[in-house]
Amino acid sequence: MKPHTLLSGLVGLASLTLADIGCGAAEFNQVLPGKSSLTFTYKQMGVAMNGSFRKFDSRVSFDPAKVNTATAQIGIDLASIDTGSAEANDAVLGKDWFNTKAYPGARFLASGVRALGGHRYEAVGKLSIKGRSRDISVPFTFTQAAGLGVFDGTFSIKRLNYAIGEGAWADVGTVADEIQIKFHVVASASPAKK
Amino acid sequence: MNAMPSARYALPAIWLHWPVVSLTLCAFPLGVYMHELSLSPQKLQIYSYHKWLGITSLLLFLPRLQVRLWRAPPADLPAPAWRHRIARLTHVLLYVLLIAVPLSGWLMSSAKGFPVVYLGLLPLPDLVAKDHDPGELLTLVHKSLNLGLLALVALHVTAACKHHLLDHDATLRRMSPFGKQPEAAS
Repeated sequence: MKPHTLLSGLVGLASLTLADIGCGAAEFNQVLPGKSSLTFTYKQMGVAMNGSFRKFDSRVSFDPAKVNTATAQIGIDLASIDTGSAEANDAVLGKDWFNTKAYPGARFLASGVRALGGHRYEAVGKLSIKGRSRDISVPFTFTQAAGLGVFDGTFSIKRLNYAIGEGAWADVGTVADEIQIKFHVVASASPAKK
Repeated sequence: MNAMPSARYALPAIWLHWPVVSLTLCAFPLGVYMHELSLSPQKLQIYSYHKWLGITSLLLFLPRLQVRLWRAPPADLPAPAWRHRIARLTHVLLYVLLIAVPLSGWLMSSAKGFPVVYLGLLPLPDLVAKDHDPGELLTLVHKSLNLGLLALVALHVTAACKHHLLDHDATLRRMSPFGKQPEAAS
């Protein structure tokens, strides 16, 4: 909890600093993996379960003043999944689920970002999992705190669109089709451009 | 004691006894069967059904206890005092386990990070936070309590059969939802 206190304590200071250097001049492109998280929620038999991916690699470059030049690419190590239960952690690596032997990673590649007003933005791009790609749009907010840029967003995918859960698992009455994905990505501005 | 005890259990007591018997007879074998299954949709379904049965039985416990406390059971049939003591002890322990078994299952489910959603509709609160070691301990507690319940139910059923088939007395009939009022104890 201490880093949080420290962080919020620095917010006031940081906004002053940003005001001094001119807000928006910074391009946030150094993701801090330790401060970022990728979690998801799914339902089985009506029971909401939470999971996360421990390893994912995000490359972003985002300048709130020049949104149309923003880029984002997120690679997820699917074997780093924590579904919330040890038994399921083993099962989801198998053929019916992610088949990580053949498809170790998932990837999101943004093709464009637009501003929706305020702190709200939307990225569109391709999400590829298990050899299947779909165009998705990902709403997110971008805020600055303590000199860091924070991207927060939640979006849903349908697992069957990506063949996640085949065979008996295709039954969405047991494990729901909809998976909610939530990300929290923290990036610093590259020193050179600051 | 309130009024003169009748020869038969109060009707609410009878109506609550048999549904709990049915629930237990379903939940127990499901529990034994399901925990060794490998992960499949069927396993998730059976786990849910098991939990719903357990929670239903837990819900029936309160009215059951109330009936037991407010409506006196029938007077003891003639038997040596030590047998009455064993019968009373068995009943008390059965009541304890009827609440402890589903409750320990609910606790175990919470500790293992699986919230209970009653009938797939009503999310019940987590009784404890998700934590590995308490989860394992509560699994052991749930299993042990169930073995205790199995032993007590075996004793309870054996005694009821013994009274009905060997002694030909009204012990079992006075809990029967069918049939006439058995004759009062002589």
